[in-house]
Amino acid sequence: MKVTVKYFAVCHEELGREEEQMELPEEATLRDILDRLEEEWPEITEFYQVMQMSVNWEYATEGTQLSEGDEVALIPPVTGG
Amino acid sequence: MFKITDEVIDTQRVISAVEADNAGAIVHFLGTVRNNTGGRRTLYLEYEAYAPMAEKKMAEIGHEIREKWGLDRVAMMHRVGRVEIGEVSVAVAVASPHRSDGFEACKYAMDRLKQVVPIWKREIWEDGEEEWVKPDPVYFDADRGVRTSDG
Repeated sequence: MKVTVKYFAVCHEELGREEEQMELPEEATLRDILDRLEEEWPEITEFYQVMQMSVNWEYATEGTQLSEGDEVALIPPVTGG
Repeated sequence: MFKITDEVIDTQRVISAVEADNAGAIVHFLGTVRNNTGGRRTLYLEYEAYAPMAEKKMAEIGHEIREKWGLDRVAMMHRVGRVEIGEVSVAVAVASPHRSDGFEACKYAMDRLKQVVPIWKREIWEDGEEEWVKPDPVYFDADRGVRTSDG
């Protein structure tokens, strides 16, 4: 299945892109996306205690199962205001 | 009205969005860009947002205010892009029959915005450096990381 993954702030900067399409096996979870990203950006693990992720505009945890067409985002600590 | 905009915030529009005949008060908050952080001179700020999710999360804050105070006239607008010193980065308005609920709900809206709304602030310093602003620990719950306890 294919999902869109969006990167913001420090994630966007470190990965050098705002979003991408990712091809994942059926029943993949957010953990699979993190595993992929760790290969390219090992230091991402330093953000795990503070970073959040979302699926279709709702916060989710790493075990969340994905579906075709989902919109996923990596959400570093928010600092609006 | 819960909106992310890349234009100068029309604060009157935010107030107008909550006007109601049964309101005895409209509490209005403006967040503005300060010229320093801890004494270090700031040139300007750059804001980035995950706009559709940010607008959804702000609308949820509106629902929370309706549940807690029974107030249904809430508006929140946050700017993205480059925001100059003194300019408004965020505007909130809450209408209520009596002012004390309005003050409380307005403060609540801003506190929640800083916790859950996906917006990021980049500080551009006068000395030429720039960096993503670190979250204030007051608004940050360390247990909310994406990794669960096995991490």
